[in-house]
Amino acid sequence: MNSFFARKYVVSGIFIAITLTLVARLFYLQIIDDSYIHSANSNVMRKVIVYPARGVILDRKGKVLVQNEPVYDLMVTPREVKEIDTALFCKLIDIDKEGFIKRMEKARVHSPYRASIFEKQLSVRTWAQYQEYQYQFRGFYVQKRTIRSYPDSIAAQFLGYVSEVNDKDIERSNGFYRSGDYIGRSGVERSYEDLIRGKRGVNNLMVDALNRPKGVFMEGKYDTLAVAGEGLVSSLDKDLQILGENLMKNKLGSIVAIEPATGEILAYVSSPSYNPNMMVGRQSGNNYMKLLKDDTKPLFNRPIQASYPPGSVFKVVSALTAQQAGVIDRNTVFFCPHGYSYGGGRGWMGCTHYHGSTTLQRSVAVSCNTYYGFTYAKMIDGRGLSGPKAYDLWRNAVTQFGIGHKLGIDLPGEKPGLLPTSDFYTKRYGNDKWRSSFNISLSIGQGEMGITPLQMANIMAIVANKGFYYRPHLIKGIGAQKIAKKEFTEKVSAGVDERYYPVVIQGMSDAVNTPEGTAWANRIPGIEMCGKTGTAQNPHGENHAVFFAFAPRENPKIAIAVFVENAGYGGTWAGPIASMMVEKYLKDTITAPKYIQDRIYKANFLPAPKKVVDPKAKEVKKTDSVKSKTDTLKSKRQLAALTKPKETIVHHSEIKRRYE
Amino acid sequence: MNNQKTSFFGKIDWLTITLWLALCLIGLFNIRAAVFNPELPNFFTLGTNYGKQSLYLVSAIILGVSILIIDAKFFSSASPIFYGITAVLLVIVLVVGRNVGGNQAWIDLGFFRLQPSEFAKLSTCLLLANFLSSQSNKAPTMQTLAMGAGIVLFPVFLVMLQPDTGSALAFFSLIFVFYREGYVNNELLIFGGLCILLFVLALLVKPWILILILALLIGLVMWNYRKRRKYIINLSILFAACAVFVLCVDLVYEHVLQPHQRDRIDIILGKMEDPKGKGYNLNQSKIAIGSGQLLGKGYLQGTQTKYNFVPEQSTDFIFCTVGEEWGFVGSVTLLLIYLTLLLRIIHIAERQRSAFARIYAYGVASILFFHLFINIGMTIGIVPVIGIPLPFISYGGSSLWSFTILLFIMLKFDSNRKGVV
Repeated sequence: MNSFFARKYVVSGIFIAITLTLVARLFYLQIIDDSYIHSANSNVMRKVIVYPARGVILDRKGKVLVQNEPVYDLMVTPREVKEIDTALFCKLIDIDKEGFIKRMEKARVHSPYRASIFEKQLSVRTWAQYQEYQYQFRGFYVQKRTIRSYPDSIAAQFLGYVSEVNDKDIERSNGFYRSGDYIGRSGVERSYEDLIRGKRGVNNLMVDALNRPKGVFMEGKYDTLAVAGEGLVSSLDKDLQILGENLMKNKLGSIVAIEPATGEILAYVSSPSYNPNMMVGRQSGNNYMKLLKDDTKPLFNRPIQASYPPGSVFKVVSALTAQQAGVIDRNTVFFCPHGYSYGGGRGWMGCTHYHGSTTLQRSVAVSCNTYYGFTYAKMIDGRGLSGPKAYDLWRNAVTQFGIGHKLGIDLPGEKPGLLPTSDFYTKRYGNDKWRSSFNISLSIGQGEMGITPLQMANIMAIVANKGFYYRPHLIKGIGAQKIAKKEFTEKVSAGVDERYYPVVIQGMSDAVNTPEGTAWANRIPGIEMCGKTGTAQNPHGENHAVFFAFAPRENPKIAIAVFVENAGYGGTWAGPIASMMVEKYLKDTITAPKYIQDRIYKANFLPAPKKVVDPKAKEVKKTDSVKSKTDTLKSKRQLAALTKPKETIVHHSEIKRRYE
Repeated sequence: MNNQKTSFFGKIDWLTITLWLALCLIGLFNIRAAVFNPELPNFFTLGTNYGKQSLYLVSAIILGVSILIIDAKFFSSASPIFYGITAVLLVIVLVVGRNVGGNQAWIDLGFFRLQPSEFAKLSTCLLLANFLSSQSNKAPTMQTLAMGAGIVLFPVFLVMLQPDTGSALAFFSLIFVFYREGYVNNELLIFGGLCILLFVLALLVKPWILILILALLIGLVMWNYRKRRKYIINLSILFAACAVFVLCVDLVYEHVLQPHQRDRIDIILGKMEDPKGKGYNLNQSKIAIGSGQLLGKGYLQGTQTKYNFVPEQSTDFIFCTVGEEWGFVGSVTLLLIYLTLLLRIIHIAERQRSAFARIYAYGVASILFFHLFINIGMTIGIVPVIGIPLPFISYGGSSLWSFTILLFIMLKFDSNRKGVV
């Protein structure tokens, strides 16, 4: 035996020690540190998002208003792009070389290893073209998505539009939205976003080191299915909507038609409109800017955002509230000497005609200002209360007709209109000793009162229902079960007993169906329409033509309000439009002679295009035009403006000249 | 002779054979997992590494059996010839060799790529055993040590010309042979260990700080022995040597090592982090092994190896497959099989009557141990990435054959241990 025999123990000891070191290290890697399992999963796992289709929106008869159309996002993984024919590629997807380089750079900055969007929303056509050559372009693939498509290009402001989420949306949503998702920006798309957006699905794929898909991760254990958004059934009547939009071409204004028995909106026209398809696809950004810059403000949602002095429609409200308050009854007669004198003869509110002794019913039919001057005076001065107290009572009654507050329509951006409180007048007067003469113009719906077309149509629905309304709404059914939102099935009372209505309704019927009535020209053969013409004062230019009505008188099916801005007298422009809409809806025909129809279709009340002189002048003009065009009473700002009487308030001495 | 023939198989160490075969089969199965293509689960072809390795294993078994049949004397007496042949091959590879990954290490024979450095380990081991056994009756001398070292360093020199640092380093494992034979004493072994420690420290700490610390430590020891002059002088010399060594380390690191070797050392020392670039291999290797956890993901279920995240996964990084699919339990089992084999080899070495057989067996153990430690250490991040195979398990004909021959020559000597070599 060798003398160094014992050294075998040293060598064995070293072997054992080193082996134990390896075991210890393995113990740390495999048992103690569990970060590696996550790294391993993130190595192989690729989340592929499956985008849900947004809910389809139908009209009340089941015709499609918005549907989905497949588009193809072109994705690129920069590291995998090798030796491609750039010229052919650019030609196929219609971009230039700089664009190609720019997009590649952007994708590379995002990540050279992971796919990012190279070009959004290739149309089916472009995709088909590209697909033939797809095999030549390594590193590129297409991801299918759906975008909105509007078969008839109608109801833009009602439907709204969708666009890609921005950082703020993502932040606000607490992580629900991810970059690349779409979100409803306006209209129904926005107010029903939670329901129609659906739920994103995720497929977990496994990829190899070269990012090539290799199969399903954990047999799909962590996959989620995409859930399509709920479909919506709107209350809109598509044919009626189309007619309305055509009638309103080249005009500024609105049409709102409501089914009184349900509060469902049958037509919702905001003019000028735009083609909703413009807000979809690769050009949507540019188109949006174009619309934003358009002087006629097509993005302005007039039926719920524009507010006008109500004018004659307010006489209906006055007639009803005054009866309920007991200051007049159906037999009350006032004498109209071509106007109403107030303030001890110092003020004069003109009336269109010498009406003589006027009954309540006739006052509605002939739209007698004098009658309502007296009525308002009785409401404010004749109840043994101080001016402000009586005004508050009056205001409270008026409010119940939906004036001065939001109706709660299922659209974003609804404006409340305007109806000042007594404090406002007390402040302006200096003390609370003011009487009806101080704001007598309110008696005929002028002065500091603003009402939206929606509110006006709703008043007609109240009258048609003889005392109540359902909140006007655009969506009558949600999802497969067609559930209606609860708040839209609740009756809201307007605070005036049913028995006070017939006389007013008779008056409105007379207005249309008797030669003396203001709307005699707008009668429809075979239908007893109850309506009134109106003119909304416009201190900046030609008055706005207004017509409101409901029909038929018994068991009314439609209540309608038509506004045509800057068109002058209501009976001439708004009336025929309303008549055609009503007749179309009730009888599906239009009997008005062709020349009348043509006159409407051809009329152009758009403001004259501005001449560009120099940028500064243009700027000034623009702000000016905005004011005149919309004549919106924007609550606070407008109230502030009103405190300087010279600007918008019509001095009472002017009323004779300006009021109908 | 007759007697020997009848009990031929009885004298063979069956435990070693079993361990060897177990390792080969583990290798084969894990190579299958490493190259497994889930789209063609039952596809067998000689075109894949798995198919080829099966052939290599069959031929390795034939080789092993042949070795057991050949007369043991042949290996001891022919060792200078083997040594000469491999030396010539190491020169030839420098001329006609095929360059793979910066190393000119392979001679392409069309059907097979021969790696002479694998066989050089074997022949060096044989010649060293031959030479040292011839001197075994004398007390160890410096002259013998120098000649033995020469036998080892000559192929190291040739291999470094390729340059294949990993294979070259493997030769240094033969220090255990010198140690066992008394050419290297305990102090030197400890000193060697300290040198390695100092080397690592020199890379981690700035040289002047390290020298300062050393001065402090040695100063303290000197203070302790301040009465004894001889110690003071020795300690001073030690300090000077250490200081020079530390400075040399920096010099070697900056000027001798190649950039990629510096990077690998920096990564292992944590001085550099680059999981997507230079640290990619190590990072992915650790992910694969670490994600195996206690029991592993199961055979053919390792996503990291299956989908090629780990590079070189059937050769140098084959342990990743074991770690990922068999987990801690499987990895430790494999290590225990290796350890059993190593200890068994030492046991076999010590029962040899002939010095040649003993020295040779120690050489076998040293070489296997070095490969085991460096290869697995590299995959789990305690040793810099050095491209050497895991014996019997990594894919590759050259390595499987050379390790098999290495082991079976030892078994042959062992079966013949009663006879005279």
